[in-house]
Amino acid sequence: MSTLTALRDVTFERNLSLRKLKGKIFEIIAFFAILLGIAMLLTLLIDVFLDGLPWLSTKLFTEFPSRFPDRAGLRSALQGSLWLMVLTAALAIPIGVGAGIYLEEFAPQNRITRFIEINVANLAGVPSIIYGLLGLGLFVRQLGLGRTLIAGAMTMALLVLPIIIVTTREAIRAVPQSIRQAALALGATDWEVSRDHVLVYSAPAILTGIILAMSRAIGETAPLITIGALTYIAFDPKGPFDIFTVLPIQIFNWISLPQSDFHGLAAAGIIILLAVLLSMNALAIWLRNRLLIRW
Amino acid sequence: MLNKVRPLFFILVVMGLILSACAPAATPTEASQPEKVVETVIQTQVVEVEKIITPTAGPVEGTILVDGSSTVAPITQAVAEEFQREFPDVRVPVGISGTGGGFKKFCNGETDISNASRPIKPSEVELCQQNGIEYIELPVAFDGLAVMVNPANDFAACLTVEELKKIWEPAAEGVITNWNQVRDGFPDQPLTLYGAGTDSGTYDYFTAAIVGEEGASRGDYLPSEDDNVLVQGIAGDVNALGFFGLAYYEENKDKLKLVAVDNGDGNCVLPDLTTVSQGTYQPLSRPIFIYVNRARVDEKDEISLFIDFYLKNAGQLSTEVGYIPLTDEIYQLAQKRYDNRVTGSIFEGQGSTVGVSLADLLAKE
Repeated sequence: MSTLTALRDVTFERNLSLRKLKGKIFEIIAFFAILLGIAMLLTLLIDVFLDGLPWLSTKLFTEFPSRFPDRAGLRSALQGSLWLMVLTAALAIPIGVGAGIYLEEFAPQNRITRFIEINVANLAGVPSIIYGLLGLGLFVRQLGLGRTLIAGAMTMALLVLPIIIVTTREAIRAVPQSIRQAALALGATDWEVSRDHVLVYSAPAILTGIILAMSRAIGETAPLITIGALTYIAFDPKGPFDIFTVLPIQIFNWISLPQSDFHGLAAAGIIILLAVLLSMNALAIWLRNRLLIRW
Repeated sequence: MLNKVRPLFFILVVMGLILSACAPAATPTEASQPEKVVETVIQTQVVEVEKIITPTAGPVEGTILVDGSSTVAPITQAVAEEFQREFPDVRVPVGISGTGGGFKKFCNGETDISNASRPIKPSEVELCQQNGIEYIELPVAFDGLAVMVNPANDFAACLTVEELKKIWEPAAEGVITNWNQVRDGFPDQPLTLYGAGTDSGTYDYFTAAIVGEEGASRGDYLPSEDDNVLVQGIAGDVNALGFFGLAYYEENKDKLKLVAVDNGDGNCVLPDLTTVSQGTYQPLSRPIFIYVNRARVDEKDEISLFIDFYLKNAGQLSTEVGYIPLTDEIYQLAQKRYDNRVTGSIFEGQGSTVGVSLADLLAKE
């Protein structure tokens, strides 16, 4: 055995322990990183629950906002948020999923398609307030819809469209090519392949994307403030063409008041908003597990 | 495929049901509320509001659109709350887009009433003129701007307007950074400043009153549009000096110390109900307003009802939400101004005007 190999073995040994130590250090850093995130979240949650729990009552669902904290509720805001969700979903889902299918399954690979793809990706990164300004100029003023639920829903639909398109495309891309080829080989048309095979297999992932997009829409405030959703509403919205307010705006309004009782109410409002959000996410997980097909 | 999607339809139907169940929701059941009252909950006051006689026989219906200043909003919301109790078929939504933002919508004909924490500015007068919008200007309450320091500060009990100007004027930026520069005898202690953000009517008024020019101040202070943030800032900083609406001081008396203001005549005045409403707390007490679209008054009967209700109850309701009522005399003059449908601004479109007597200005007409 030459001295060279012996030397090499020794250096290797030394490096190994050093490398193991480095690995250990990295592991500890990574652990603290996740600990920091969780601690932050827990602090926020505990803080909100401590402030909000005493104010959590059925009154929040039945009463309109008031200048008396013990008489104030979220009735109009809750209804506004629900209306907005349903209208946004009705507008954004068909358009978003349709666009996703087209881009992934039908669009020819040319410059125009690439241009559209780049723009969709870019749109996902545009700050939400820009959508608000667009909504104000286009829907509220140009189309003369006023500060109505439908104008808000159209703005929100624009905001979440890129998310739905991107997740739809990713879901469709995950469907194995062999399934398409098998269907085509049996004489199915492009449309039949998309409808009966690709869409069915990608449905769970698409649904997850849709519900995450809706979760984003329910928490957004900036675009709605920009299009002029109102802060104080003490009546039930009568339909898509009525004026409205939503949960985040009502919470924001309460937080900015001087009386500390309203800050408690705002915390209770945050708990309700959290509950709505978490149940939507739970729904997404449940649906995904239910619809999942394995091949 | 259909089997797989069925739950989705089910969920959509359920969501629809929830929504429709919410919409005509049964009348609020105040009586059947479980007594889940916590110690922090204050007893609901029984509100005695002045009733007004409906001129028309039938029930009044309609929507009155209000938008504008966040400072005035709590008062208008309180009035709207009581008004809708009496006239359940009239809907009065109140938006908050700031005094300037409110005027933009108002002069565009998008709203019926605009809340304003300062008189209308020349540029806004012009915009209204271009669109042919005439307006009736009505004062509804006073707001005092409080100057505050940290409770640990035991030397700054009273500051003159001259000293405040020295602290806040643009030339002070980076120069006046220590309390001992403000007045001889103040300790050698750094000075940190907190104040309303530059978009607010509060900032406009403070700079007009203290610096002498609207919108001119040093830039190196900590600004926030949220007064609660300023409260936290001053409460946690022994070197702090700041200003914001009196209502926020009233709610945080234990965390802040009020500074009296000397308007150059040697009298140190603290802001309170009397000094602000009688105008002796100068120059930092200001009237706040609503502007009513003149043409809409004739189109919508409910607006007149609302304004009458507003001026009759503004005194009591503004006190309840932390503002300072005008004197009865001024409310009567404002009512007269409305009854005579006097359009235009008593400040002749000058924007923030400091140290004026509302009674004098209104009486002139």
